[in-house]
Amino acid sequence: MAASAALRWMVWGEWRAHPARVLVAAAAIAIGVALGFAVYLVNRSALDEFERAVQTVSGAADLQVRAASAAGFDETLYPTLARIPGVRAASPVVELTARASPDGPPITLLGLDVFRAAQVTPSLAGVRQGPAGAGTTPFDAGQVFLSAAAMQASGAMVGGAIRLTAAGQAASFRVAGTLPAAAEGQRIAVADIADAQWRFGQLGRLQRIDLKLAAGSDARAVQDAVAAALPPDAAIETRQTQATRGDSLSRAYRVNLEMLAMVALLTGGFLVYSAQSLSVSRREAQFALLRVLGLSRRRLLGMIFAEGGLVGLIGGMAGVGLGLALAGLALRVLGGDLGGGYFQGAHARLVFAPGAAAVFLGLGLLASLAGAVVPALHAAKAKPAVALKSAGDGVDPRARPPLKPGLALLAAGGLAALSPPVGGLPLLGYAAIALILAGGIAVMPWLAMALLTPVRPRRPGPAAHLALGRLRGAPGQAAVALCGIVASVSLMVAMSVMVASFRGSVDEWLGQVLPADLYMRLPDIQTGGLDLAAQADLTAVEGVRRVTFRKMVGLRLAADRPEVVLQVASVDRADPARSMPLTGQTRAVPVGATPVWISEPMARLYRLKPGDALTLPLGGAARPVAVAGVWRDYAHQFGAVAMDSADYTRLTGDTLRTQASVDLAPGAAPGPIIAALRAALPPGMRDQADFTRSQALRAYALRVFDRSFAVTYALEAIAIGVGLAGVAATFSAQTFARAREFGMLRHIGALRRQIVGLLALEGALLGAVGGVAGLGLGAVMGQILIQVINPQSFNWTMDTRWPVGLLTTLFCALVAASAGTAVLSGRSALSAGAIRAVREDW
Amino acid sequence: MSPAPALSLTGLKKSVPGGRVLFEGLEFSAAPGEIVAIMGESGVGKSTLLNLIAGLDLPDVGRIEIGGAALGEMSDDARTTLRREKVGFVFQAFHILPHLTLAQNVALPLVLGRAATAEALKSAHDLLDAVGLGGRGGDYAAQLSGGEMQRVAIARALIHRPALILADEPTGNLDPETAAKVLDLFVEQARTHRAAAVIVTHSEKVAAVADRALVLSPNGLSLRHGR
Repeated sequence: MAASAALRWMVWGEWRAHPARVLVAAAAIAIGVALGFAVYLVNRSALDEFERAVQTVSGAADLQVRAASAAGFDETLYPTLARIPGVRAASPVVELTARASPDGPPITLLGLDVFRAAQVTPSLAGVRQGPAGAGTTPFDAGQVFLSAAAMQASGAMVGGAIRLTAAGQAASFRVAGTLPAAAEGQRIAVADIADAQWRFGQLGRLQRIDLKLAAGSDARAVQDAVAAALPPDAAIETRQTQATRGDSLSRAYRVNLEMLAMVALLTGGFLVYSAQSLSVSRREAQFALLRVLGLSRRRLLGMIFAEGGLVGLIGGMAGVGLGLALAGLALRVLGGDLGGGYFQGAHARLVFAPGAAAVFLGLGLLASLAGAVVPALHAAKAKPAVALKSAGDGVDPRARPPLKPGLALLAAGGLAALSPPVGGLPLLGYAAIALILAGGIAVMPWLAMALLTPVRPRRPGPAAHLALGRLRGAPGQAAVALCGIVASVSLMVAMSVMVASFRGSVDEWLGQVLPADLYMRLPDIQTGGLDLAAQADLTAVEGVRRVTFRKMVGLRLAADRPEVVLQVASVDRADPARSMPLTGQTRAVPVGATPVWISEPMARLYRLKPGDALTLPLGGAARPVAVAGVWRDYAHQFGAVAMDSADYTRLTGDTLRTQASVDLAPGAAPGPIIAALRAALPPGMRDQADFTRSQALRAYALRVFDRSFAVTYALEAIAIGVGLAGVAATFSAQTFARAREFGMLRHIGALRRQIVGLLALEGALLGAVGGVAGLGLGAVMGQILIQVINPQSFNWTMDTRWPVGLLTTLFCALVAASAGTAVLSGRSALSAGAIRAVREDW
Repeated sequence: MSPAPALSLTGLKKSVPGGRVLFEGLEFSAAPGEIVAIMGESGVGKSTLLNLIAGLDLPDVGRIEIGGAALGEMSDDARTTLRREKVGFVFQAFHILPHLTLAQNVALPLVLGRAATAEALKSAHDLLDAVGLGGRGGDYAAQLSGGEMQRVAIARALIHRPALILADEPTGNLDPETAAKVLDLFVEQARTHRAAAVIVTHSEKVAAVADRALVLSPNGLSLRHGR
């Protein structure tokens, strides 16, 4: 009991004497916990909203059959499925992406048979509102029911008119009522199925069939029977596969953000380590006294752990509160996908997760305790008699800094980097980064000595003499100061190299895939498009040298995975590299086989390589194709397949195209030609067509790139800020701990400016050593981001680019900042206080 | 004509915050090579007197001269430079920097004065030899006993051939046998180098080896033994 009181006094006394240090360490943990918790809450809220949205659009069907592409499947499938034993009711659905105005947001247009839908998906039933009163009634032709969000987006009112454009065709409807069951923020319009098919050119086609199973039926058996009846261009979906698809849509992005937030927490852990190390080192004599007075080694260890734990607890609790506030702010400002662009249109509401709050609080505690382990062991191991004599300044420069533990951590990091993904995520890649960072920091004392030992100034001034002596003689203490620098610099270097490589590769790729002068696309038109006559009209426009027509078709190859995009375009078969940015070798396909070129993400996600066979659901049949090559694609994270236009037309009979790249005749001005091209379009498409010049498209793509990295940059900046705060705190604490040294130096005649010089030089040397180590570690970690984490997360690769100018600036700024921070932190050493530091003897 | 005193204090008055006067009208001088012990009760102002002599603090009234140079007329930098060139210090707690070798520790005053490092280190090795630590210039503080550390501190106090050595309980942290040896060494070296030494001490044994022992009280310094 008495011992506990003594320990309480010690902890409280230390905190009362240096509250700022405790607060900085707790704040670092709080920031890490807050970032991690906020990112988690935002993701969780967004996914909940996404699931609600999917459920709204899907109604409450037990089972769904969905078309493999937006072109849909033949509606004769509907009676076939309705007759399968165990299916109580089936509801055919037309599902199209519509817009109320060219610039307006997309609206999901559902065409339903109201009698069938009432049995299978009653939540999609509209409620008629008008003078005759409210109530559910059958559809009339030309009527549509709108969700609240769709009304808000279109400006339409009940009883008013709305003009919807979908599948390249426009049609006017009267708004008959609302869809009260639609989730908040979901833009949905429901019309009669026959009306929708007729008005939007979908006669005989369906995009999905919702099924209700009979009570007591064997769901598995019914599912098997349905699957057996499906054509190649349709597939079964369950709620589970829908949820998995929604999750996989943004999983890698979310995990990457979580990991970045965890890096901030890791940096916070290093800060606790710095603070605890210095605090323990300063109090060695006090601990020795307690040991002499009878405190057991175990209780001393417990006390230092308890200190670390309290810092973690305070930081963790503050972090959870801050994270909640941050998540609310992020949802309002950035949306549920934090700028990633995955859940457009969803309005996520903040969902508090007590379990997750406890986990993140625990992580904060863990980081803080981990930071306290080494200092606690060091204090417990110290011999009381020696520690008492050394008065808290026990350094033995003869002790060679150990190298093996650091090398072992680095080797473990290397092995982790070479490991495959876990559950489709680069978790071992992140473990590799953490291990390499820890290993790098563990070898810092050795590295500091190795780098500084050969430094022999020809005529060293007093400052150089003392600074080099200190750094060479006490590399362990230097390493404590360095760990914050190394952690933040290496992280910054790794991210800079990765982002520069990614951006450079995207820029180069854009140059390869956007060679034409102008681009035209018809947004949201996956069915329909420009027929051959319309294509000929565009080609004939004066001032146009050549027009290449394209089409993008979404294909669902697996129910639990997002769609891959079939890119239909003219491909130079003799030299496909002229048509797309190929990576690696191409392979000739067997005679008679249809060649396709798959994107890198497609190759990784579906484990395909040149020479492999593949089946695509096209034109109502499963079409065998052969992979002829792999191309680089940053546009479609979930995979894309390029097929020659002629092959696509041969397989599907579809000659409609939705995009065009236009080469202008020499000297032709783009403005008038865009006007002429628009005028040449069929009337229904003139307003929808989107013309962009290639430079503008390229600039836009890079803007989108930068925006999607905005949160990444912010998290990185915060982690670096935490690291730099750690550097400042470390210098400050070390300077305080060295007050006796500076006091002695002032006694024996060191001028103030010599001590300023000493501190500045020490700071600069530490900054330089930390910078060299940070650059080296950052380069390795950058390669892990480029070669392991990005390919495993997003399935694309990039060429390494070194932002030499940025890294040089960073290095110089770091050396200057370290020197400046050291001088600022050491200003107390230059005051009379330092001289008084030795007066305890007088 | 007698040589200028190594240290001269004239009409010194010093009060502490709150107005209590520690001492007033204090007069004192020490000749080159003279060993002076200053004794007195705790709290009487011995430390303050040493701070004033070292130029680390300034008197309310009075004049302090070291080797004929008046501290009161100097800037802080000039007082620091004077300290570096003319004053040596021996502390009770040694204050040997653990990350520097013994030779580097001893050479510090010369290095701070921008002497050539090689020459400074050679002088340091010579002095270490003189204080009985020959051949150990490359060792570190962690390898030394208390007595050995104080020998290093004495060598450091002497390396720049100061006119004055200020020592605070130089044997306070040592056992009696070691204390006696260190004290003999201190006196021998101070005399060899013709440096005046002011030792603040509670120890009768230390006072006994001094040429003069003075007792500090609010009324000033009174002679206990010596001339």
